[in-house]
Amino acid sequence: MKLRFIGLICVVLVVMIVSCQNDGQVEFNRYYSNGNAVYQVHCQNCHGAKGEGLQGLIPPLTDSIYLKTNKKILACYIKSGLKGKIIIANKTFEGEMPADDLSPLEIAQVLTYVTNSFGNKIGTVTIEQVNADLAKCN
Amino acid sequence: MKKLIYVAALFMLAGSACKFNNSDNKALPIFGNRQPVTKTVNGKQVTDTIYQTIPAFKFVNQYGDTITGKSLDGKIYVADFFFTTCPTICPVMHRNMLPVYNEFKSNPDFRIISHSIDPKYDTVPVLKKYADKMGITGNTWWLLHGDKDATYTIAKSYLTSVQEKNPRGNYVHDGYFILIDKQKRIRGTYMGTDPAEVEKMTADIKTLMAEPDQKTAK
Repeated sequence: MKLRFIGLICVVLVVMIVSCQNDGQVEFNRYYSNGNAVYQVHCQNCHGAKGEGLQGLIPPLTDSIYLKTNKKILACYIKSGLKGKIIIANKTFEGEMPADDLSPLEIAQVLTYVTNSFGNKIGTVTIEQVNADLAKCN
Repeated sequence: MKKLIYVAALFMLAGSACKFNNSDNKALPIFGNRQPVTKTVNGKQVTDTIYQTIPAFKFVNQYGDTITGKSLDGKIYVADFFFTTCPTICPVMHRNMLPVYNEFKSNPDFRIISHSIDPKYDTVPVLKKYADKMGITGNTWWLLHGDKDATYTIAKSYLTSVQEKNPRGNYVHDGYFILIDKQKRIRGTYMGTDPAEVEKMTADIKTLMAEPDQKTAK
């Protein structure tokens, strides 16, 4: 009897974990595909369809280490723009990225797209994370 | 409206492709205004067609050198209009122009000229920095600084053939690449934002370079 109860709990747990994962995957897919659309409209002209950037003018979005290290401030960069020297993939860039008044949801979507495309694999960036990050922008 | 232009361009492409297949002497069409001129040569009446040409101009390139129509004598060249801080179509145009630059940079009879339409910000040093960052060296690709009015006036000459297709609108901001031959006649217009059209332009430049009167022109 006890054994069957434990077994049942185990099954329930497994089902919960699996469905959670599925929910996570569904959430990721939703963020990612919407992010692709946002990217095409707001980012692709400069950063390119493959995130390749443009020579020494516009940095590529393929530097996974930079994206990972700066994960918590990327939302601010999109929202308020980015100016001054940055080093991407061992190359110095010093142009200016204009601010883009995207909604927190759009920022989360496009960040999910960028940080999981072009050879990057950082996982879902949720609207909750973006809201928290935006609250700390300078 | 853009769609219409694409359709028109497609038809033109199809049309010119057929023409190419039918004749041994490949030649690009000549665009722009034209007028017949009748004159008497050796007692015979001869009618010639005078084609529109790009008028004289004077700008300064990224090295601070003065560039006039004379600097382009004997050159086949591509012209476009941009500004360095343009976040919309310019990066796309110049991303597409790079392969053209790389393909022809060793050819002394070929040039690319990019007119800045924001001379206030795009000073000579700014243009030089842009060129450096783009990886542009030598004299194949000139970024031109000049009076805004002069730039818009010359733009009108380049964009006549675009204007013919669609008389309304301001094409300076539409990202066209215009192909000019050694006689300074307009031989093609291409959407600089469309990689397929730019590939077509590269093919057209080769065709143009092989035309007999281009080979001999100085």
